[in-house]
Amino acid sequence: MKLAILADVHANLEALTACLDHARAAGAEAFAFVGDLVGYGADPAAVLDVVRSHAESGAVVVRGNHDAAVVSPGAETMHRVAEEAIAWTRTRLDERHQAFLASLPLLVRRGDLVFVHASADRPADWTYVTDPLHAAASLRAAGTHYVFSGHVHEPVLYYTALAERPIAFQPVPGVAIPVPPRRQWLAIVGSCGQPRDGNTAACYALLDLERERLAFQRVPYDWATAAAKIRAAGLPERLAARLERGE
Amino acid sequence: MGALLDRGTEIDGFRVEEQVHAGGMAVLYRVTSPGAEFPLLMKVPRLGPGEPASSVISFEVEQTVLAALKGPHVPRFVAARDDAERPFLVMERIEGRSLAEWAERAPLPPEEVAQLGAAVATALHALHLQDAIHLDLKPSNVMIRPGGEAVLIDFGLAHHGHYPDLLAEEYRRPIGSAPYIAPEQVLGVRCDPRSDVFALGAVLYELATGETPFGSPTTPATLRKRLWRDPVPPRALVPAVPEWLQEVILHCLEPDASARYPTAAQVAFDLAHPADVAVGERGLRRRRAGTGQVVRRWFKAIGFEPPPCPQPSAYAAGGSIVLAALATARADPAQTDAIREAVRRVLAAGDHTRLAVVTVIPPTPDLGGTAPEDTATAQRLKHRVLLRHWAEPLKLPGTQLSFHVLEASDAAAALLEYARVNAVDHIVIGAPPRDVPLRGMLGAVATRVAPDAAPEPLQLLRLLGTVSTKVAAEAPCTVTLVRPRAPGA
Repeated sequence: MKLAILADVHANLEALTACLDHARAAGAEAFAFVGDLVGYGADPAAVLDVVRSHAESGAVVVRGNHDAAVVSPGAETMHRVAEEAIAWTRTRLDERHQAFLASLPLLVRRGDLVFVHASADRPADWTYVTDPLHAAASLRAAGTHYVFSGHVHEPVLYYTALAERPIAFQPVPGVAIPVPPRRQWLAIVGSCGQPRDGNTAACYALLDLERERLAFQRVPYDWATAAAKIRAAGLPERLAARLERGE
Repeated sequence: MGALLDRGTEIDGFRVEEQVHAGGMAVLYRVTSPGAEFPLLMKVPRLGPGEPASSVISFEVEQTVLAALKGPHVPRFVAARDDAERPFLVMERIEGRSLAEWAERAPLPPEEVAQLGAAVATALHALHLQDAIHLDLKPSNVMIRPGGEAVLIDFGLAHHGHYPDLLAEEYRRPIGSAPYIAPEQVLGVRCDPRSDVFALGAVLYELATGETPFGSPTTPATLRKRLWRDPVPPRALVPAVPEWLQEVILHCLEPDASARYPTAAQVAFDLAHPADVAVGERGLRRRRAGTGQVVRRWFKAIGFEPPPCPQPSAYAAGGSIVLAALATARADPAQTDAIREAVRRVLAAGDHTRLAVVTVIPPTPDLGGTAPEDTATAQRLKHRVLLRHWAEPLKLPGTQLSFHVLEASDAAAALLEYARVNAVDHIVIGAPPRDVPLRGMLGAVATRVAPDAAPEPLQLLRLLGTVSTKVAAEAPCTVTLVRPRAPGA
């Protein structure tokens, strides 16, 4: 069975749709959304409708810091642009959307797999896993062979080898990497709805559970429409511009 | 757990025949399978208590890398099982002989060294273009097929840019074979394809002199010496080694990777064209570098910082081989100027690009000439002069430039063969004239013009079109068709 893992959709319906289509065409039968479904983008309600329908058919969904900020105002300090987008997002969601966001767990464990938005080590602290030390802490706290995360928007695969600390690997899009459970793997799958590595294409990862292979995918999507919607909604210009540059 | 397999044992549809080799890390068996289209070899790692962790990882690395590689220069991957009980790897069994057999007979004649070296360099380049680096090149890891083609084997220490490097250490330690491993590899860098170029230089050195350039160091301290100490020049050991071969060998063995050949393809190119090797200080050197230079290198080595890791194939882009095809026999100045400008633009893309300027002339019979200028040698020289003159405005150093006069009746076939054999990355050639549309293509292949018969204008145009259209259609690389802008257009 193939599992598609999406992170940081950030209310980008065009990116979400493109990734889901790509994943289904590649044979994905199961889905996981590892947080930050909303914030920044112009389609929070539509994105939540899609994700909720997947959740009803068994998809894993965990909460991100932007999702948390929508349902618990004032709980976290964000930069001004993000704050503005969160306030706007609240006005676009009905009670069912709010209830769905409020129901999301911080961490989901499925057998040998852990799904968490930031770090499995104190998930509510929203620690950025940007280096081997933080990756090691997350893997240690999870205690599983596989951890799938987002929060950091650039895709990266941490793995344990001979050395004690995990090693970071920059994945090449589309390559199915063998990920046998004899070592630990922490995959930051990359942002679906707001890529920041200079490539505008949306990110997600596809895990083949039988063959123990993980592929990081890049999917070109209609960012022009997504950016136009952000401008039309009166959201900060910077949020539209960064989709056009993938930064 | 490393237990030996008996003849007749069946594993996943493979029948074990006899044991072929028992090495330190693995045992090799000849196996058969009903559907197999080529001979098979099964590698069974020695795993279990007492075996080092790195041998397990090496086996995992080899499985991943071999499964990802293609082409005639690596054994074909067939199957692998990667569980604790009975791990194995089944691959093509290469028919041929190990390069180690040649190394035992070294010193070899220069021509043989060049031929073997070019075959290995070609195999390395094919590997590097697939984003992989061997990192354990030595004679025993190269098989030579009966046809002369080299096949690289044993990918247990290899790096593939598409996969996490399981042998990368946080505290970088050298892994590889001490006599051949590159200086940066001694420092733990595992992502530079020029490390293979260095090892190739060590192999060439061994084939040419019968000795390895740095002996067989056994401690990290003696292993590090190659960062600042250069080897004894091959000609000081074996005076029969020509200057051009020493130039090639020492160019591969430069301690600083950026001073080496940028690609293995360029090594193959020089080994295939000894007369065109620009012999410099390296080729003429009679003794090792003096104390001053060694001390400077030593200080540089202390401050060595490993560079970031680009994909291995990225190096090929900066060191590509460009072929400029000129029709010296019937030069059209506007056309040749336009080709030069196109070549200039292509060369601007990389610092280490090599330019091979090639023309094809009809074969000259070596006997019949009455006047000296009719002889084959004189003909070749005449065209070579024209090529050199054409290239002068490009102001390229001799190390990046070579001239080739090919004799063939089928110009397109000769250019294509040249491009294939020399791993050319880009061909720049004149486009067919506009007023001769694709008609030329129809009559394409074997329009032969007798050397002494001046073809009629229309026939000539058609012929020109034939060569470039055929080259464009069949080339193994990018082709730029150059057309001068029509006056007033």
